Amino acid sequence: MDQIKVEKGMAELKETFSSGKTRSAVWRKTQLRALIELVHENEEEIFKALHQDLGKHPVEAYRDEVGVILKSADYSLSRVEKWMAPKKGHIPLLFFPANGEVMPEPFGVVLIFASWNFPISLALDPLIGAISAGNTVVLKPSDMSPKCSSFLANAIPKYLDPKAIKVVEGGADVCEQLLQQKWDKIFFTGSQRIGRVVMTAAAKHLTPVTLEMGGKSPAILDVTSTSSNMKVVAKRIVGGKWGPCCGQACIGIDYVLVEDEHSSFLIGSLRRIIREFYGENPEESISLSRIGNKNNFDRLSRLIKDPLVAASIVHGGSTDEEKLFIEPTILLNPPLDSEIMTEEIFGPLLPIITLNNIQESIEFMNSRPKPLVIYAFTKDETFKKQILTHTSSGGVVFNDTMVQFICDDLPFGGVGHSGFGRYHGKYSFDTFSHEKAVMHRGFYPEIEPRYPPWNSFKLQFLRLAYSFNYLGLLLLLLGLKKKY
Amino acid sequence: MAEEEKKSFDENEAASLVKELRGNIKSNKTKSYDWRVSQLESIRKMIVENEKEIAKALYDDLSKPEFEAFISEISNAKSSCELALKELKHWMKPEKAKTSISTFPSSAEIVSEPLGVVLVISTWNFPFLLSVDPVIGAIAAGNAVVLKPSEISPATSSLLVNLFDKYLDKSAVRVVEGAVPETSALLEQKWDKILYTGSSRVGRIVMTAAAKHLTPVILELGGKCPAIVDSNVNLQVATRRIIAGKWQCNNGQACIGVDYVITTKDFAPKLIDALRKELEDCFGRNPMESKDISRIVSLNHFTRLERLLDEDNVSNKIVLGGQRDQNKLRMAPTILLDVPKDSQIMQDEIFGPLLPIITVENVKDSFDAINSKPKPLAAYLFTNDEKLKESFVQNVSAGGMLINDTILHVTVDTLPFGGVEESGMGSYHGKFSFDAFSHKKAVLYRSFNGDASIRYPPYTESKKKLMKALISDGIFGMLLALIGWSKD
Repeated sequence: MDQIKVEKGMAELKETFSSGKTRSAVWRKTQLRALIELVHENEEEIFKALHQDLGKHPVEAYRDEVGVILKSADYSLSRVEKWMAPKKGHIPLLFFPANGEVMPEPFGVVLIFASWNFPISLALDPLIGAISAGNTVVLKPSDMSPKCSSFLANAIPKYLDPKAIKVVEGGADVCEQLLQQKWDKIFFTGSQRIGRVVMTAAAKHLTPVTLEMGGKSPAILDVTSTSSNMKVVAKRIVGGKWGPCCGQACIGIDYVLVEDEHSSFLIGSLRRIIREFYGENPEESISLSRIGNKNNFDRLSRLIKDPLVAASIVHGGSTDEEKLFIEPTILLNPPLDSEIMTEEIFGPLLPIITLNNIQESIEFMNSRPKPLVIYAFTKDETFKKQILTHTSSGGVVFNDTMVQFICDDLPFGGVGHSGFGRYHGKYSFDTFSHEKAVMHRGFYPEIEPRYPPWNSFKLQFLRLAYSFNYLGLLLLLLGLKKKY
Repeated sequence: MAEEEKKSFDENEAASLVKELRGNIKSNKTKSYDWRVSQLESIRKMIVENEKEIAKALYDDLSKPEFEAFISEISNAKSSCELALKELKHWMKPEKAKTSISTFPSSAEIVSEPLGVVLVISTWNFPFLLSVDPVIGAIAAGNAVVLKPSEISPATSSLLVNLFDKYLDKSAVRVVEGAVPETSALLEQKWDKILYTGSSRVGRIVMTAAAKHLTPVILELGGKCPAIVDSNVNLQVATRRIIAGKWQCNNGQACIGVDYVITTKDFAPKLIDALRKELEDCFGRNPMESKDISRIVSLNHFTRLERLLDEDNVSNKIVLGGQRDQNKLRMAPTILLDVPKDSQIMQDEIFGPLLPIITVENVKDSFDAINSKPKPLAAYLFTNDEKLKESFVQNVSAGGMLINDTILHVTVDTLPFGGVEESGMGSYHGKFSFDAFSHKKAVLYRSFNGDASIRYPPYTESKKKLMKALISDGIFGMLLALIGWSKD
């Protein structure tokens, strides 16, 4: 894709936007319906592409991608008109007669960068937001999930309005070309390193951005209060680590914090569940995704090659380069300054870090960059409150993992290095909208004291007016208020 | 203390300042309601007890008339503070969020928490308000804050240092004075949020610096705010309101001030006559001598405005005013009629007392003229035609819009104040300020009951059907799937 093609494509999108076509609720709903149709009619093909790119099982693919998109599109479809309606803002009596409202309007031509680990949902979910808000869109799927990228490039023009929504495939060079253009908004899901590149490019054009990045999302396990539920806890931890794309998920559990005395109990429970989910030989399990690409495989292999880290492996550790397979691996207390404990793991390696007291987990997390999500398994209400008020993260989930992703009413986004901006549900609509303040006034009555030449009466009037002291104003006007 | 800060504030100083503040907020002091309220009350006291000093500083910096200082800066800052005090408890409450059957049983909420240590970079034209208002938002949201006032309004900058030192908690609220080197040193640091008010050019620099640390930013920039004047209006009222939004607003040096006017060819002469008359009523026959109008802030800006005025084919379009006095940095309200579209005065944000009037055949043509320029911070329309109003709101994009008046909409705290495209990103005022400086943390509470095994591997076809039903169809679909029926 060369520069001229990119510019031509953008020009067409600009023209479509200027025509006003995408402003109508009818157009937006038609596109959303078409998207639902696209997913319904091509489910098998999507499953196939996800399996080819990532080894995802159709159930995982449905749960994390297809189902999410169908739900999200449906949710937006039934609410978009409500979201489009201006929101009234109360105007002080002083300005009577007046009314005020906040009117959402589309930004214009927006760019969406999708990531490779959930290549369908991380492309289409933001797209749903961009369309609901009435924008024209360029969608750039990741080249590291090529089958899904090519599926989107083929299917989207068949179902959606090709003059308003375009898919651009390619690698780093295409990303660079796209980033040179002036967009009205950029939505990016991916790594912090690229997030910086995107924001720096956006700054040249004063383009607002939403950055959905990652971090090391910890799971805190308070065994004392949850020991009777350990089976479910273990299932949810295993489900939250190896379930989503074999650990390659921004909201997946990165590492676990547990008290020293309970670590063996935890490791035992996890191993049992791993066996239950993935069988004796996980390499043959169809329920476990592969490592997404050779880059990631090499990086993960390197993490456990560090001798001090390798020595801390208590379960798993085997890898198969040809199959891009890494076994579900548990490590007990790898060195805190090793790469596996300083970088986001994004793979099937689960460090368990032990503490003397589970309360120490708060300090542990606070001394590290803010994660996208904190998972806390505890029934202790005081501890829950402490975690909530003494730590910061994009979000917090108590006693489960991953499910916050399907809550349409919860904003999904990071803080600090895990990102800024948010989406899902109405937040998607908002993230792709400019909230325009609109105020209407009449010509009467006139507030004379607004205008010079100034005198102390006018000042007194304004003092009272600006503190909405209407009685005082009345008295002043009737000549009954002292002037100071 | 102020002297020491003026000596040398370099990157090392900036780094240790941020480090110190981060250390100070570890105790979560600034998170507490009590701390926030005590600071806000101190700000309110600070404003009330120092009105005269504030007005004097504004006069020293801008020759701002006392009354204008009061209306546009002091009273707005005070109201902003009072609103925060009144509403803070309510703002700080977590917001309940709905959960769906797919995550049953569960409950959810959105918790507002401070971002941490934030930077407010202020500007020179409303140097008091545009410093204190964002600081109020930052404090209300529980952050530690560093304020960098503009060096182009030195009296106000220095007053802010003294006032903050006297009234506010130094361990969390600081002022750093200086110019480009000091600002650059600050921008090298990692902030949790930056709110910048100023030009688009520097806005780009701020965002680029912020990108290194993935710091979210609010940029309050400017643009050319147009005022469309239809012929079916109460001309006197419309004219006075245009004057209020131009020359009463720091003599045109305001981001939301009326930059230029668009009206029909037929109506222009009437509008110009009305402006002539009302300007005289407001500022007298000799506006250069009027005490009720600000001066131009600096020689730089004065020469910049002169350059705009003296361009070929522009200087001969002056229909009113044009007088200037470089010594006193005074420039009279000046109106120009139909300057060339490509003239500098129609490309740059004017930020001064020069008002170009552009004429069109039909008032509807004005929309295209506006849309051909970058999106402004505000757009104004004077008309009684309801259809035109609707069309204006639908078809013109701007940060905010006001129909049949100017500038007032930014005093309404239920409306967000911010730009779009070249005029900025993000917004504040009222609760929007609190939100601007908060992280909205999503919290989901789940229990151990009702663990659906369909979530977990090994994955099977029947699990897939149930999963589909649960995610897409809610409880009925799930029940049907459980007893063996499904849509497939």
